[in-house]
Amino acid sequence: MVVVAHAALIGGLIEACREVIAANADHLSELDRAIGDGDHGTNMRRGLEAVYADRNRLAHLPLPNALQEIGLALVMSVGGAAGPLYGTLLMETGRQLAGPDGQIEFARALELAIEAVARRGRASPGDKTLLDVLYPVHAEVVRRAGLTGIAEEAERAASLTFGMRAMRGRAAFLGDRSVGHVDPGARSCALLTVAICRFLEEQRPA
Amino acid sequence: MNPKSANVGIVIVSHSPLVAEGAADMVRQMVGDCVPLAWSGGNAEGGLGTHAAGIRAAIEKAWSDAGVAVFVDLGGAETNSEMAIEMLGEPRSGRVIICDAPLVEGAVMAAAEASGGAALARVVATAEELSP
Repeated sequence: MVVVAHAALIGGLIEACREVIAANADHLSELDRAIGDGDHGTNMRRGLEAVYADRNRLAHLPLPNALQEIGLALVMSVGGAAGPLYGTLLMETGRQLAGPDGQIEFARALELAIEAVARRGRASPGDKTLLDVLYPVHAEVVRRAGLTGIAEEAERAASLTFGMRAMRGRAAFLGDRSVGHVDPGARSCALLTVAICRFLEEQRPA
Repeated sequence: MNPKSANVGIVIVSHSPLVAEGAADMVRQMVGDCVPLAWSGGNAEGGLGTHAAGIRAAIEKAWSDAGVAVFVDLGGAETNSEMAIEMLGEPRSGRVIICDAPLVEGAVMAAAEASGGAALARVVATAEELSP
């Protein structure tokens, strides 16, 4: 019973993420064309398709292992800078959850993983990257804001990158010209967060 | 080639397969076969971009126990190279260094230094002298 429910949960999350990226891939590439090299949507779709193709095996792994393997699959397939960044986020979350004490809270594991992403990209909040969504999302998780609150905050945080000047990534070459565009990485991060929250909300017993 | 006595290896990573291959070709013309050399360019589908799996394969190909110096073009190339190096695991990951140097000039200067049997730190320093 428990194993089936667990596998359905992971499988469902993979499916929800794959779906939202597939539906928005063109939009993400369009955002990336404005301030990057125009392939963020294509790259993310390739990554999520790779994970989706392996979902039956992944869904039957314990959560920490599943996260690590999904992260690795993203690194291997997404490419660009997004592959290592999303890969680090998932691999580190999984690694922390699998830690020796096994008692770490999800919020703490997520925090350590976000710090690892920041180190990997050598970026800080306000640099107009996916971190500008990850930090606010984490704050909501800590606050136990509820799934709807987390999803709304992710959307809001992604929109805020519109006014930021890019300090990292390809967009940083544009300097002030990067202002006035939503960051594609922040956008994909919000889309994924919303899809995950929505899926989890649907799983709640009525 | 006996990896124990091999010179420092050189790996070139570019978003463009043509740039990566062209730069590697240039290095080869200048220093011949005495330096282990490999390149990775493009994403997993062969388009513009970089990907960690390809970079890791290039590092394996240019592997030398003396170490490997990696040259990258833009942001994603560096991030993916870091990921690829970590995937090698200790202790090998400690013998690979991403150089803060221009791709073409850096690779050529590093290869020239490496062909004389210089240690990894020396090879990297020579390339990085080119950076302002």
